[in-house]
Amino acid sequence: MATPMTPPRATLSARGLACLRGGRLVFRGLDLDLAGGEALTLRGPNGSGKSSLLRLLAGLLRPSEGQILWNGATIDADRDAHRARVAYLGMADALKPSFTVAENIAFHAAIRGAGEAAARQALTVVGLAPLADMPARRLSQGQRRRTALARLAASDATLWLLDEPTLALDDAAIAMLGRMLGVHLQTGGMAVVATHVDLPVASAGTIDFGAAR
Amino acid sequence: MQRFANPLRFKRLSGALLPWTSTATLALFAAGLWLALAASPRDYQQGETVRIMYVHVPAAWMAMFVYANLAIASAVALVWRHPLAEIAARAMAPVGACFTALCLVTGSLWGKPMWGTWWVWDARLTSVLLLFFLYLGYMALANAFEDEARGTRAASILALVGAVNLPVIKFSVDWWNTLHQPASVSRLDAPAIHPAMLTPLLVMALAFMAYFATVLLWRIEAALAERRVAARRMLTEAGPSSPALRR
Amino acid sequence: MTAIRAVLMRDLRLAWRSPQESLTVIGFFVLAALLFPFGVGPEPQLLARIASGVIWTMALLAALLSFERLFQFDHEDGTLDLILLAPAPLETTVLAKCLAHWLTTGVPLIAASPVAAIMLNLPTDGIPVLLAALLLGTPSLSLIGGIGAALTLGARRGGVLLPILVMPLYVPVIVFGVAAVEASLAGLTARPHLLLLAAILAGTIPVAAIAGAAALRQSAE
Repeated sequence: MATPMTPPRATLSARGLACLRGGRLVFRGLDLDLAGGEALTLRGPNGSGKSSLLRLLAGLLRPSEGQILWNGATIDADRDAHRARVAYLGMADALKPSFTVAENIAFHAAIRGAGEAAARQALTVVGLAPLADMPARRLSQGQRRRTALARLAASDATLWLLDEPTLALDDAAIAMLGRMLGVHLQTGGMAVVATHVDLPVASAGTIDFGAAR
Repeated sequence: MQRFANPLRFKRLSGALLPWTSTATLALFAAGLWLALAASPRDYQQGETVRIMYVHVPAAWMAMFVYANLAIASAVALVWRHPLAEIAARAMAPVGACFTALCLVTGSLWGKPMWGTWWVWDARLTSVLLLFFLYLGYMALANAFEDEARGTRAASILALVGAVNLPVIKFSVDWWNTLHQPASVSRLDAPAIHPAMLTPLLVMALAFMAYFATVLLWRIEAALAERRVAARRMLTEAGPSSPALRR
Repeated sequence: MTAIRAVLMRDLRLAWRSPQESLTVIGFFVLAALLFPFGVGPEPQLLARIASGVIWTMALLAALLSFERLFQFDHEDGTLDLILLAPAPLETTVLAKCLAHWLTTGVPLIAASPVAAIMLNLPTDGIPVLLAALLLGTPSLSLIGGIGAALTLGARRGGVLLPILVMPLYVPVIVFGVAAVEASLAGLTARPHLLLLAAILAGTIPVAAIAGAAALRQSAE
C-alpha cells in the first residue's frame, strides 16, 4: 500500500464540534486530537452521532459549531486538499449490482485518480481476485463488504474514516482488515473507526458517545 | 451558536418599524381605494373595468419585486449562511405567491368583459403565470424535507436558477406571443396613463409595498419565535452529550 | 479527466446493462404521441398543424419520467458520498452525468421522433428541422432536469415535485423548438430559432454545472 509518509507527522484535531441533524442536537462540545500512526475508536448506541462525526471529519457535513483542523489549519481553507487525503467507508457499500467486483473497484479507483494497476492490486489485498468477474449482485454480504474495503487498499489517502468496517465480515476477513489497518498506521496514516467490536489493531483512544447520556 | 442566536438587533428594528408600516398600510389603502374606486374617472374605452387596473398593476409589480428580493435573500443565505436571510426568504415566498395569484385573478376578471373570455394567452399574463409556478416550486421544495435547513438551501438554489432564467422565459414568451398574435386585442396593461389615473395607481402601489413590509416583518418575527422555542426544547429536554476522548 | 470519463462510461454501461429505463422513455413518448389522433380526431390537416407541438411536449414529458433516478441510485447505495469526496470538480461530474442521461434518453427520443412525426402527418419537409431542433434542445432538457433531480434528492414525493420545479424552466426550449419547425413549414428560415436553442444550451451548461453541484453538496448535509 502506497501510503506516503508525511514527515513531520500529520495531525487531525477538532475543537468544540457541535452537530445538528434534522432539528436535533446530536452532540456538542466535542474535542479530539489524532496524529499520524494512530487509530481512534468511536463507540456508542445507534443514532448517538458516530456516523455524523465521521461525515463531519470527511467534510461531507459542516459543523454547526466548532472547527476541524488538519496540521493546525481549518479544513475549510482548502477543501480540495482535504478530499484528496480522506478515504471514507460508509455503512453502504456503494456497489452497482450489475457490475463485476473488478468493475466496481476500478470505478472507485478511477474517480479518485488511481489507475487500473492500483485497482487490481487492491483486489488481491482483500483476497477477492478469484471473484473479480462475479457481478456484485451475486456476492454475499461479507464479500460485498470486502469489495468496499478494497477501495481503501486502492487509495493513497492519509485519513481513513470507517463506519462499521467489520459489518458482516467473518474472522478471517476481520484479521485481513487488521493487517490493512496495521500497514496503514505504520506508514504514517491515521484512522477513525466507528465500531461495535474490538478493533484488530491497537487504538490510541476511544470516544464513547453513549457515556454522557 | 449562530443558529440559536437571539437576533435582538432584528427585534429592535422590527419593533421600531412595525407601527409605522402597519399605520401606513391602513392609511394608504384607505386613500388608494377611495381614489381608485370613487375619485378617479372611468375610462372612455374600458368604462368601470379600468378600476381593476389599480389592483392588477401594483400586484404585478409586487410579484416581480418580491421575486427579486427572494433571489437576493437566497443568495445571501447560500453564500454567508446568514440565518436571518434564510428566514426572510422562506417568509416572503408565500406573500409573493399571493401577489402573483392576485395579479392572475384580477387579470382574468378584467379579461372577461374586455376579451369575452376568462383567460387569454396574453404575453404578460403568461409570464406572470410562469412566475407563479416558480413561486410554487420554491414553496414546495422548501417544505419537502424532514430537515427544514435542507429545504431552505435547496429552495434557495432553485430561486437563483429561476432568477437567472426569468429573462429568458420572458423573452421566449414574448417571442411565442408575437408568433401567435391573434387579431388585435386591447392589451392588459396600464393604458396610456392620464394623470387622474396615475395618482391612484401610485398610491395603491405604495399601499401594496407597505403591506408587504408589514407582513414580512410579522412573518419573520413569528419564524424567529418558533426557532427559539425549538432551540430551547432541544437544549433542555434532550440534554445533548458532550462525548470526550479517552486515551 | 479520468474521473469524468469514469463517471460517464459507468453511467452508459449501467444503462446498457439495464436498458428498460431508456425503453420506457421511448415507449411512453411514442404511445403518448399516438394517443393524440384519438383525442383530436384523425384529420390530416389538423394533425399536421399540431404535430411539432405534440412531439416536443411528449418528448419533454417522457424525459421527465427519467430524472428521478438520475442521482437516486447513487444516493441510496452510498456512491454519491464517494463522488462528493472525489478530488475531481463536482461541477464537471454533474455535466458528465447529464451527458450520460442525454445519450441514454435524449438520443433515443430523437431517433424515435421521425416515427411519431410520420404518424402525426408532419410534412416530411419539416422532419430535418425537427431533428435539428431536438438535437439542440434536448441536451438543455437533460441539464435542467439534472438540476431538478439534484434539488429533489431525498425529498418527500420527489417524483411529483420535480415536474413543478422544471416546468417553467422548460418553456423557452419548447417555444423555440416548436417555432423552428413551424418556420420551416411556413417556408421561412429556421435558423434564428435553432441559434436561439443553441444559445440556451450554451447558457444552461454553466448554470446546470454550478447549481447541480451546489445542490448535490447540500444534499449530503
